Amino acid sequence: MTSIELRGVSRWYGNVVAVNDVTMTIGPGVTGLLGPNGAGKTTILHMIAGFLAPSRGDVTVAGRASWRNPGMFRQVGLVPERDSVYAFLTGREFVAATARLHRLVDPDGAARRAIELLEMTDAQDRKVATYSKGMRQRIKVAAALVHDPEVVLLDEPFNGMDPRQRLHMMDVLHAEAEQGRVIVFSSHILEEVERLSGTIQVIVGGRLAASGDFRAIRRLMTNRPHLFTVRSSDDRALAAALIGRPSVNAVELTPHGLQVRASDYGTFTREVAGITRDHGIRLLQVSPADESLESVFTYLLAA
Amino acid sequence: MTATTTREGPTRTMDGLLNGVVMRITLRATMSRKRAILFALPAILLIGISALLTKTAQSPVWPPEVLGTVGLLIVALTALLVGGSVIGGEVEDGSIVHLLATPVSRRSVVLSKYAVAVALTWLFAAVPEYLAGAIAKGPGNSLAIGLLVGALAGAVVYNALFVLLSAAFSPGRALAGGLLYVLVWEGLLASLVPGVGLLSVQHYSLAIANAIAHNSALNANLTSGTAIGMAAAVTVVALVLAVNRLAVFSVKGDVA
Repeated sequence: MTSIELRGVSRWYGNVVAVNDVTMTIGPGVTGLLGPNGAGKTTILHMIAGFLAPSRGDVTVAGRASWRNPGMFRQVGLVPERDSVYAFLTGREFVAATARLHRLVDPDGAARRAIELLEMTDAQDRKVATYSKGMRQRIKVAAALVHDPEVVLLDEPFNGMDPRQRLHMMDVLHAEAEQGRVIVFSSHILEEVERLSGTIQVIVGGRLAASGDFRAIRRLMTNRPHLFTVRSSDDRALAAALIGRPSVNAVELTPHGLQVRASDYGTFTREVAGITRDHGIRLLQVSPADESLESVFTYLLAA
Repeated sequence: MTATTTREGPTRTMDGLLNGVVMRITLRATMSRKRAILFALPAILLIGISALLTKTAQSPVWPPEVLGTVGLLIVALTALLVGGSVIGGEVEDGSIVHLLATPVSRRSVVLSKYAVAVALTWLFAAVPEYLAGAIAKGPGNSLAIGLLVGALAGAVVYNALFVLLSAAFSPGRALAGGLLYVLVWEGLLASLVPGVGLLSVQHYSLAIANAIAHNSALNANLTSGTAIGMAAAVTVVALVLAVNRLAVFSVKGDVA
């Protein structure tokens, strides 16, 4: 069974540590590398792909070190984040050229199948220079899949895709995973990871902050105290009403509205509208004050 | 995908050294954006100068002097433009990752790109050098043939150096380094300081041309044996270093 192993892997640039002592095993199925921008996800993907040497530790793919091992790409397909496909080639030429570089017996047939899979057949004879960002992403994925790799690495694959394209790409990756392939993708968007992967590796500040089943980690995220900004027609009366509720831990009256610390995200957001209605208060705004990924990750890291 | 793909077995042909797909992509990348016009301009200029001087010049000694300096300078600058871009351009825009994310050996990538650079330099600089010599002295003249062989050899060595520079440094630095080498080291120091010619590609070209043309104006103070030996050594060392450089090609990751 093909797998990716990182053992005690660190990577630094001068005094800056990009990845700090990460150990993980990634097996068949879809695994999401989740983390804010600059967290080290891309650095980890590049080390797995052999485009970056670990400063310390070992990175192996199918049991062999990936650094200085281009032969690995017989089993690995890579979709880099950078939008750098040869613009002067048509989509079909690009995918077929990749198939030829892999020395496939029927490169044109393999290219045709990969292009069909990514629904790029209609645009395959146009130059890549004329493609939208989403189309370029799809043609890169077609090229990465053209040789039926055991391992597929995708760096922010959904960038520039519209919602329909995203759903289709997710279906494609799911289908690949169901055939026993190892699919690893990076993303800084929680919803993408939620839809696509059962297993996630959360990277924050170069460290592995959480690892495992997505739903378990999501529960950990949603069941934590959340901070909301609430504005209403009578903030003081609303504060008095809210503090009596079990789902609310603390309320602070500020000139810009209430800062409400809820103990349970789901219960509070369900209750707040009913409470204001019961007290004859008009609700003007409820917004999470700390819902950015960074605050979620900071919490995860501290947990 | 559900369909299975099978691979050709390894064949021990030139494919181990040169990869046709890499060469075709390199050729199209290098010649795109109307660069052929840019490459052809110096060659047209050289042929024009030769035609003009053939008709108007009073002195009969101009061909070796002009073609030995201006002609070989065009070889150097063409190699700098072409050899410097075959790898450097793709490293800069990141497209080289698509070549390197395949099982093709890094040696094959470097040699394929280098071969394209040499062929284009021959086409845009060495052949025009011969044509200029042929206009001045006639097609079968030993000077024209000597300059052609010298320019062919110069293109081989210059491109190895500039491919190495572009694999090791950013495009700006590689270009600046190449220009310094051609204009200062070869253009200035090599003619003033004895011994510098031993590390001058232009002097190798002149010595090789002189071995055929036997023209004292092409004298580089190097024997043809030394010139050929040094040219071969510099080429091999530069290409080995370029392959090693690409073998440790790294993509900069994100830094927290």
